[in-house]
Amino acid sequence: MRTIEGKIVVLGSQGVGKTSMVVRYIGKMFSHHISPTIGASFFTCKINIDETRVKLQVWDTAGQERFRSMAPMYYRNANAALLVFDITQYHTFTAIKNWVKELQRNVEEPMVLALVGNKTDLVNQRKVLREEAHQYAVSIGGTYFETSALQDEGIEEVFLNSAIGMIKLSEDSQCTSLRVYDSSDTSSPTAILQPPPPLTSAVQLDKGPTQGEQERVLACC
Amino acid sequence: MATTKTDEDVDFKGENDEGKHPEGNLLNFEPEVPVESMLVPTDNFDSFEQEAPPDPSNLKVDSNLAECQNNDNNTVDDDKLDPDTSGASRSISELSLASEESTDHHGEEEVTNNEEWRSQEKHVFILSSAGKPIYSRHGSEDKLVTLFGVMQALVSFIGDDGDVIRSIHTQGTLFVFLIKGPIMLACVCKTRESVAQITVQLNYVYSQIVSVLTLQQLTRIYEQRRNYDLRRLLAGAERLIDHMLIALETQPALLLGAVQCLPLVPTTRDAITNIIVSSCNKIKNLVFAILVGGNQLVTLIRMKKFFLHPADLHLILNLVNSSESFKAAESWTPICLPKFDPKGFLHAHVSYLAEDCEACLLLLTVDADLFFPLSEAKQKIVEKLRRASLLQSINSALAHPGTPVSQLGVPEARHFLYKCKATAQFWGPVPAPPYQTAEGAKRLLDQYRILHHRLHAPMQPLKLLYLQDHAETMLGWVTTGFELYVAFEPLVTKTNAINAVNKILRWIKKDENGLFITNAPTF
Ligand SMILES: Nc1nc2c(ncn2[C@@H]2O[C@H](COP(=O)(O)OP(=O)(O)OP(=O)(O)O)[C@@H](O)[C@H]2O)c(=O)[nH]1
Ligand SMILES: [Mg+2]
Repeated sequence: MRTIEGKIVVLGSQGVGKTSMVVRYIGKMFSHHISPTIGASFFTCKINIDETRVKLQVWDTAGQERFRSMAPMYYRNANAALLVFDITQYHTFTAIKNWVKELQRNVEEPMVLALVGNKTDLVNQRKVLREEAHQYAVSIGGTYFETSALQDEGIEEVFLNSAIGMIKLSEDSQCTSLRVYDSSDTSSPTAILQPPPPLTSAVQLDKGPTQGEQERVLACC
Repeated sequence: MATTKTDEDVDFKGENDEGKHPEGNLLNFEPEVPVESMLVPTDNFDSFEQEAPPDPSNLKVDSNLAECQNNDNNTVDDDKLDPDTSGASRSISELSLASEESTDHHGEEEVTNNEEWRSQEKHVFILSSAGKPIYSRHGSEDKLVTLFGVMQALVSFIGDDGDVIRSIHTQGTLFVFLIKGPIMLACVCKTRESVAQITVQLNYVYSQIVSVLTLQQLTRIYEQRRNYDLRRLLAGAERLIDHMLIALETQPALLLGAVQCLPLVPTTRDAITNIIVSSCNKIKNLVFAILVGGNQLVTLIRMKKFFLHPADLHLILNLVNSSESFKAAESWTPICLPKFDPKGFLHAHVSYLAEDCEACLLLLTVDADLFFPLSEAKQKIVEKLRRASLLQSINSALAHPGTPVSQLGVPEARHFLYKCKATAQFWGPVPAPPYQTAEGAKRLLDQYRILHHRLHAPMQPLKLLYLQDHAETMLGWVTTGFELYVAFEPLVTKTNAINAVNKILRWIKKDENGLFITNAPTF
């Protein structure tokens, strides 16, 4: 089985729900007591997509301003970025634009960009229009998702999209920072024993608003 | 009623009447003085009060951080020392893109007239030298603009003549000021603490700010913009300051400038230390490995030549205690240790040992690329500790409720604190009645503060102090090796008090190797 190892960095303002998203995806739970991230937290997860296993190294960064200057350490050599904002706080959307500029300036290799509007459960307090966010995502060559970590809406699609994007990057010879190998040479025996996670099928599920983008991604690979 | 019994020294020191003393030579009670201590030995109020103390270890080299890197013949990489130049360089003006919010002048009277706000025992305010609010312990700093203005005016008015305002004394209220470069700290308190003690506390708060920003960043920000609103950069760090102030109010550790160790059988502690050393010794640039649990030190291993100052260790403990997020995943975070090097950040790999073991391991390095080697080392450490059943030993030590003073067979003594000066560590029994309540614990700590202040009074330090009060009799004793603070029944006789002190010292001496870390392991 072909295995790809990639790095994904989660960026965005303080309190938009970055950690809640990652913990929801990896830990399959939501906690109201998640406290602000200090520096960055590191997680790993695996996604199987058809004949490829994608190992993700997830760097969940802290949104507090004082860690801003440390960001290059966390996004360096990243293959994908989740740019998370809170749909009820317009300034968190504005902040994403600075992140994108910074990434464009400092990351040379191509990157999968996912723009994520979180907290859709608070839709009646929405300040960022879906259309505006969508257009911005297209303008930076990324994909727009809307999620609710609280209600477990749209989270899997975000990670799946990044994994699929990385598979595509790996087929591009320009990309040197992704580690690609055949599990027959380096795999650990446990890898074979693991049941294939049912993640590919999750895409088929109708998860509402993000489905449009989802299908497009799948269609092009 | 207080009596200072200098003549009693003889009985305690046993120097002049060796042999004659019923308890024999008391000098035997002096703690074992290790050749080297892992923590910098502290005397109280050491160097804290001066700006940039001429610490001998700092004189040799310009920067500890740079030296750790040189250690392995690496060239000093300035990028690593300066977060702002690593990769994306961001100027301060960029940092402050968001326009500074206009502050709310309404409602200030609402706050300052509020009975609850006015009756707080201790207020701490931080402001920039331009008078911009940075932090207030009680009440939102936004709402106190006028008050901050008054403080700024006061400080600069006195500063105009080249003087420095230190304190204002009114009936029942003490105002203490600390000016640190571009920021100033003020404390308004109705407690019975001394100016020196409050100054130490303000210094701790200041070092907490330096710890999250570095002195370099702090200085540069205000050089570029005198009017900068520091709250932007400190957002989220207020909880560290709050937590630090609570610790200062409730824990003797910061008063004593010492840390408490998790009591362990010496061979157990050595085994834990050896596992950490053997799992890390191939990693270059690792400066400190610190294992803490329940606000106590389990072990500390350091790079040769470098020592950790207890004040820096307190900042680390404060970070761990106030950051729940470390429990969820491995973290990789910058931290500045001002006594080690105020100019730059160290990088810390922080993780709890295991789901079933609430001890937190911190691996501190100067190398920003070391996350994965450290992560691997951590896994090895945990595996080895588990195999040797040492996780269990740590767990049972953490679960131990602590030793009550009654177990020592010293009925006259209600509580005591013993500080070993050479190792900057202390030990005390778990509070028993009447100190087990929050109120009782507070009164006890107040009593220790009074003793501590009198013994360390800058003008006239004392060796021995015996204070009889209606609630308790307090005894404080400072020797070259240790400091002892004891709370007795109010009606204890001096002879009984002396006997009790001897028993306490004998007990400590017997258990010294389990209560304190007496060696100084290195990588
Ligand atoms: N209603 C709602 N609240 C959410 C959602 N996701 C996160 N939150 C809440 O938002 C707050 C911040 O969540 P975190 O996950 O800590 O945010 P973060 O982006 O990791 O914050 P930093 O680590 O400080 O950068 C918490 O109180 C969460 O419970 C969501 O989808 N809906
Ligand atoms: Mg977070």
